[in-house]
Amino acid sequence: MHYFISPVLWQFLVKWLTHFELFPPEASSIAPYADALYFFLVFISIIGMVAVAALVVGFSVVYRQERHPVATQIEGSTLLEATWTIIPLALFMICFVWGALLYFRIYNPPTNALDMYVVGKQWMWKIEHPGGQHEIDALHVPIGRPVQLTMISQDVFHSFSIPAFRVKREVIPGRYTTVWFTATKPGRYHLFCTQYCGTLHSQMIGWVYAMTPDDYQKWLASSTSGSSLAQNGERLFASLGCNSCHSGEASARGPNLAAVYGTRIQLANGSYTTVNDAFLRNAILNPAVNVTAGYAPIMPTYQGQISEDGLIDLVEYIKHLHNNERVQQTLNTTQVQSSVPAPGAGSIAQPQTSHSASRMVNQ
Amino acid sequence: MSTIVSLPDQSTATLPKRTYINNEYGLKSWLLTGDHKRIAILYLISITFFFFIGGAMAGLIRLELLTPQTDLVAADTYNKLFTMHGIIMIFLFLVPSVPATIGNFLIPIMVGAKDLAFPKINLLSWYLYIVGGGLVLAALICGGVDTGWTFTTPLSTHYLNTHVITAGMAIFVAGFSSIFTGLNFIVTIHRMRAPGMTWFRLPLFVWSHYAASILMVLGTPVLAITLVLVILERTIGIGVFDPTKGGDPLLFQHLFWFYSHPAVYIMILPGMGVISEVISTFSRKRVFGYTAVAFSSVAIAVFGFFVWAHHMFIMGVSNYSALVFSLLTMLVAVPSAIKIFNWAATLYKGSITFETPMLYAFGFMGLFTIGGLTGVFLGSLGMDIHLTETYFVVAHFHFVMVGGMLMAFLAGVHFWWPKMTGRMYPEGLSKLAAGTTFIGFILTFFPQFIVGYLGMPRRYAAYPPEFQVLNVLSTAGASVLGIGYLLPILYLTWSLKYGKIAGNNPWQATGLEWQIQSPPLTENFVETPVVDYEAYDYEWLANKTKHEVQTVG
Repeated sequence: MHYFISPVLWQFLVKWLTHFELFPPEASSIAPYADALYFFLVFISIIGMVAVAALVVGFSVVYRQERHPVATQIEGSTLLEATWTIIPLALFMICFVWGALLYFRIYNPPTNALDMYVVGKQWMWKIEHPGGQHEIDALHVPIGRPVQLTMISQDVFHSFSIPAFRVKREVIPGRYTTVWFTATKPGRYHLFCTQYCGTLHSQMIGWVYAMTPDDYQKWLASSTSGSSLAQNGERLFASLGCNSCHSGEASARGPNLAAVYGTRIQLANGSYTTVNDAFLRNAILNPAVNVTAGYAPIMPTYQGQISEDGLIDLVEYIKHLHNNERVQQTLNTTQVQSSVPAPGAGSIAQPQTSHSASRMVNQ
Repeated sequence: MSTIVSLPDQSTATLPKRTYINNEYGLKSWLLTGDHKRIAILYLISITFFFFIGGAMAGLIRLELLTPQTDLVAADTYNKLFTMHGIIMIFLFLVPSVPATIGNFLIPIMVGAKDLAFPKINLLSWYLYIVGGGLVLAALICGGVDTGWTFTTPLSTHYLNTHVITAGMAIFVAGFSSIFTGLNFIVTIHRMRAPGMTWFRLPLFVWSHYAASILMVLGTPVLAITLVLVILERTIGIGVFDPTKGGDPLLFQHLFWFYSHPAVYIMILPGMGVISEVISTFSRKRVFGYTAVAFSSVAIAVFGFFVWAHHMFIMGVSNYSALVFSLLTMLVAVPSAIKIFNWAATLYKGSITFETPMLYAFGFMGLFTIGGLTGVFLGSLGMDIHLTETYFVVAHFHFVMVGGMLMAFLAGVHFWWPKMTGRMYPEGLSKLAAGTTFIGFILTFFPQFIVGYLGMPRRYAAYPPEFQVLNVLSTAGASVLGIGYLLPILYLTWSLKYGKIAGNNPWQATGLEWQIQSPPLTENFVETPVVDYEAYDYEWLANKTKHEVQTVG
């Protein structure tokens, strides 16, 4: 065959055919469900297309002017109108219900999911594991275990998409969004930013590495940065002086934060809210509108003072704060930290450290 | 119950002495005209100009995507190309395409009026369009805009240093052009119908324009306000969309799509009106289920306002609002299906011929059906998660907008060309163009469904190499499509001087516009017509023709 066409073209064709995909890999527990709905939709589309094409082509042949010179005027038919209203409506309703079930499956995370955090910024993905492992434009996950990503953007809208897992979620400035999946097949899969985010939008890509649990443990051990997110958060908590009010003591000016995560609290305006990642982040940045009932609105805003990474550290710290012992301990830790700056402590936290430490000494 | 229609002998047809074209001469007589037909021609020339600019950008986009790397243009240039392509094609071509040209020309004639209700506002709307278009060109020449046509905040407000304000102003101004057109249509259809022209004697073209006009008048101001907010946020930082100032970037999405989803129906409804006229005329049969088709236009307009959040299913809207918007999206698909089936049923027991407008109309039905059905994929919540923001969406809306609307526009231009100019287009060449467009279109956009399901994100200047084969197919198709669009402009221009003289009613169609001379008089009608027959009444037409033959003979 290749004798008849130019060798360059031949090589090009060969390269194409070896690098050619028509269907994405199914590599998550959700993918088979998404594909099932996809094939159903393709099926009804084919039925719809065939029906329309058959009618148009069939009538065009049978009633073309040469064969049928005299048109018969027909007003319409209520029965037929009802038929082609109800049948498409019924099919579309099936698509709606099926699609809704799939949506809830994709966006309602299981409770035992492994937490990871994603910060999107122009034009990279920063992924933080609870153990303190950081990755840029790469995400290592174990297979067979649900993973939940809590995501936020530092600048513009991004969108976190893993086609092989059939999941995607917008990454928005100023609010957490989440997405979860269970990878099923070890391998390397595309990670895309799918929301247009500026000049290098098409470079905001990376790889997701789905690994067997053993490999994942090895990877975790080899990539550790020395301190977990919660530990980073603890340092930040102390350096910002949070514990001067949130000391956990009965006379404290701020509410007790131990074991507050996941509970339902009443706000000063009378409404109730569940303490989750988004609430904690909001309460730090906009304390005035998130005052816990029974406390004075004296907390200053930390808007612009803590990076998104730092906020994630704080949230992770509070999430894992089960008793007030650690809040008390941070005093000591901070004093140690202020003399020996910890590696990996947020740069924003640094200038505050000496200030808060000296305040604590004065107390 | 039956009618035999034979097309009139055109060899004896002559051009009328006095028409709207030769009523006055000189550039001034065109630029200061109040005549809806002349304004329609002005619009036709201007939108064709912008179509080819937008089309050239599409060509460059497809060329860049021939290879996985950014080699033809830099990423920044690519971003500007697709942004300007979107802005020009949507706001300067698709929104005014059928309404401002064919609609402007025909609606007064179809309802039996001398002109639109407000001729001066009609002219103003064209000038606003030109100002808007000029601003877009200014933005383009000064260095372009790279926000994407969706102007997503905070990218557009805080992170780009391109000409966002100029482009925003352009769309703001062009938006008012569209509001005025809609306003004019609504008043004209309500107040200026000829004696006997009841609502249910109106051609379906008028019904669909009425529905689209309501969307224009109610939806476009929201876009205008949104763009003003973007401009204010960019210039003085009012913080409506900025989360660090307590604003909400999702609010922008809500406001933008509150217009921009109905805008899809602003674009497609007038096209559907064209298809109703064309299919009826070339099957010599009343449109099957006239009332169902008429009310489905209104239903699309009404439901069309309540589906905007389906652009935001993955953006963290509440699950319950996602449910409601998905349900409403499914409902808005039903009236479109009703229309398709009614058009198909119109062919039943017709006496069908296959002139160029009919071929374009068949193209519309096929491509719009695919476009509509893939819309159901995207309206289905769980499926949308995987498909949104990929090439699947790109393929879907190009099937609807280009496959649907542009086919309808070309069907309409060919169908009413004899009425507008008094001359026929060349039949053979135009059939070739219709076929080329259809094949080129399928080849361009069908591979994009597949590459979209593979996960290729839209607005990527570079992409993984395994997507290349499908992208090469798409680019190859685009070059075929380009030829399909170049042909009409060439032979239609040619036909202005050399086309066969058309005569009053070359298609033996029933609309009022076909009962007057081609090209029409400035006043449209010598005397106010009295309408005593239903729309698409081919028996009335046959009797009238017989009567004329008797009286003349």
